[in-house]
Amino acid sequence: MRPTTEAELAEAVVGATAPLLVRGGGTRTLGAVGGEVLETGGLTGITLYEPAALTLVVRAGTPLAEIEAVLAAERQRLAFEPPDLCALLARTGVSTIGGVVAANASGPRRLQVGGARDALLGVRFVDGLGRVVKNGGRVMKNVTGYDLVKLMAGSRGVLGVLTEVCFKLQAIPEAEATLVIEGLGDDDGLAALRAALGSPFDITGAARHSGRSLVRVEGMAGSVTYRLARLRALVPGDVTVVEGVESARLWREVRDVAPLVASEGDIWRISTLPTAAAAVVAWTEAEALWDWAGGLIWLCAAPGQGADIAATVAGCGHATLIRGEGGPVFPPEAAEVAALAAGLRAKFDPRGILNRGMMG
Amino acid sequence: MEMPRPDVLVLAGKARIVARLRSLLPGDSVIDAPEELRVYECDALTAYRCPPLAAVLPRTTEEVSALLRVCWEEGVPVVPRGSGTSLAGGAMPTADAVILGVSRMTRVLETDYENRFIRVEAGRTNLSVSAAVEAEGFFYAPDPSSQLACAIGGNIAMNSGGAHCLKYGVTTNNLLGVRLVQMDGTVVTLGGPWGEPAGLDLLGVVCGSEGQLGVVTEAWLRILPKPEGARPVLVGFNSNEVAGACVADIIRAGLLPVAIEFMDRPCIRATEAFAKAGYPDCEALLIIEVEGSDAEIAEQLARIKQIAMAHDPVEFREAADEDQARRIWLGRKSAFGAMGQLGDYMCLDGTIPVSSLPHVLKRIGEMSQDFGLKVGNVFHAGDGNMHPLILFDANKPGDLEICEAFGAEILKLCVEVGGCLTGEHGVGIEKRDLMSVQFAPEDMEAQMRVKDVFDPKWLLNPAKVFPLGITASRRAG
Repeated sequence: MRPTTEAELAEAVVGATAPLLVRGGGTRTLGAVGGEVLETGGLTGITLYEPAALTLVVRAGTPLAEIEAVLAAERQRLAFEPPDLCALLARTGVSTIGGVVAANASGPRRLQVGGARDALLGVRFVDGLGRVVKNGGRVMKNVTGYDLVKLMAGSRGVLGVLTEVCFKLQAIPEAEATLVIEGLGDDDGLAALRAALGSPFDITGAARHSGRSLVRVEGMAGSVTYRLARLRALVPGDVTVVEGVESARLWREVRDVAPLVASEGDIWRISTLPTAAAAVVAWTEAEALWDWAGGLIWLCAAPGQGADIAATVAGCGHATLIRGEGGPVFPPEAAEVAALAAGLRAKFDPRGILNRGMMG
Repeated sequence: MEMPRPDVLVLAGKARIVARLRSLLPGDSVIDAPEELRVYECDALTAYRCPPLAAVLPRTTEEVSALLRVCWEEGVPVVPRGSGTSLAGGAMPTADAVILGVSRMTRVLETDYENRFIRVEAGRTNLSVSAAVEAEGFFYAPDPSSQLACAIGGNIAMNSGGAHCLKYGVTTNNLLGVRLVQMDGTVVTLGGPWGEPAGLDLLGVVCGSEGQLGVVTEAWLRILPKPEGARPVLVGFNSNEVAGACVADIIRAGLLPVAIEFMDRPCIRATEAFAKAGYPDCEALLIIEVEGSDAEIAEQLARIKQIAMAHDPVEFREAADEDQARRIWLGRKSAFGAMGQLGDYMCLDGTIPVSSLPHVLKRIGEMSQDFGLKVGNVFHAGDGNMHPLILFDANKPGDLEICEAFGAEILKLCVEVGGCLTGEHGVGIEKRDLMSVQFAPEDMEAQMRVKDVFDPKWLLNPAKVFPLGITASRRAG
């Protein structure tokens, strides 16, 4: 099913007699979930774009690339730089903005500006009984009623099908540059990222892969130059500076996990503490890409290591199987937390038809 | 203000309930003497008062869990309270309710500079969180104006903002995790210092739920390295419209000041008379603050000046030193006190799209004529969070009611132009009955279903946020 209006989508959900597999472009769907496909790709179009208020309202099925092009024409962007995982996951679909929200897909800049959930100001969605709900709005500050906006971000379609989303935008700064730090082992290379992040120099990216640590600064030209000089003095190793489009290319690679695309094995996405980031990886022979100064690890491991990885991150984070066979895909939750999540699903989707089996 | 009729069975069982609470907590932690309960009869929305059944001041998560379990068994409503600074009546009790104050839970449990977080108990004040990490060059960003007194637990309940959230976001953007005690005593951990949830973002919906989903006892908060410096400029204009256009141009240009504050003429005059900050006599003024090293500040201010000058300001005042910077902020920080000198006031908190600022200010001026009450506007212009202060005379019969009607009309206007009822103060009891202006019945149902899951008996802060009429059947359950 591919409805073209919110009303049609609501009818489709009301009329469903069997489980539905909800998806945008299918580029980020995780876990083997069965059911009739309900696509949001037919719900397209920008409903409001006010550059002077940094506000965008857009239907959920609108392609991400289309939105990014419209914003770029006004020198604006989605600050949380959503990753494109098509290459990593060998998918061919068209990423939609609704899918970005449903996965709370957030790139390197999350450590400075927050993730998709932090930029999201409002949502409209159709719940599991076909009821249309709106929450939040289009203004930057809003504490009117419960924040279902945050709840919907990252909910992977299990509470409702997003039909419209509203974002706070960011102006593209006039300059960006990256310090490339070489000659350090993983321990020291990750420590350098933490040191940079602990400085007042407003880092917008801190990643490590292929033996290099990367630190990004963005802003007005004079400020970027100043901060680069100060950071240079702060970190050890062999440091070079990469600017402009070359810097942007480095961060697209990090964002899209490009260094691991060709690697063979399962891909795990691990949330952890930056100080645990080296140890979480060190015990395996696995290849890794660290983002968020080590708070996010993309790990390529031999199949069948799920239990070991889960044991390693227990108490200091959690791991999701992004690519590979065998589950479980999503990390387990404490029983009391799982009970609350199950309770919410039962309220929003009493028939249990939306993405059944996804997220525990 | 209508509140639910107290449960007579609870009132009749007071002695038993208090005795059960005393059996769980040290003697001085349970308060039931009428004269001592006066402290808890209202918060900063002082127009409405009601002494609670009792107040409890636990010291640990375990005590919170045990006392909530008793209240759950006895069917006693519980109103969580941080420092009682809510402007919306978020901590106002009913006669059958137990106030759960977290004021004795103030410890710092963990500071971790390398991972940039602090873990604190919920009763710790906002400012003392920053104070705890200041020596290492860090701070906690959300800065509500009550930050000297307000508690982190209350900040989380109301998703508090502040003047600097234009750059740093509000509480929800700086909150990593909580320990939450549910009404039946169950203790859960939501989120954690790594910041991302493993499953649904339950932390995201707990933040800002006005103490209706659980009692937060501990929180992991993001701390940030302090910027090297900060400096404000003051820009005066001959009309609100021009000041509003200047704000829009600054944002459009991609500049990100940490704060853009706006004051209109009534507020400027009151402030001048009160604080003598030396503000220009003009229709509207902006205070814009930027951060960074001296060179970075100069770079940003040069750009801001260029934009402001295109709007023909009556004054562009830069701060040459600390003292001048202090004087620029002095008036803004005294604004509420200054308005208070003119009479009683009600402070509203609606948020509007920045592009609607001139229209909304004009309409508020017209309504002020219609209702016959004066209004001053002082607010966070960068994010459209208005703070109209309506002046009235509490001793004049009927004046409060006129003021409330005027306030309601302003909030309806905010919603009409695409905004919301409250940007940072919360709904509480104050805006409860206006929720249906902003939300359709189904929108509120969806929110109430969340409470059904976390608090099936609707005992936690039950008479807040939603219109009483639509919660009656749930509260009776």
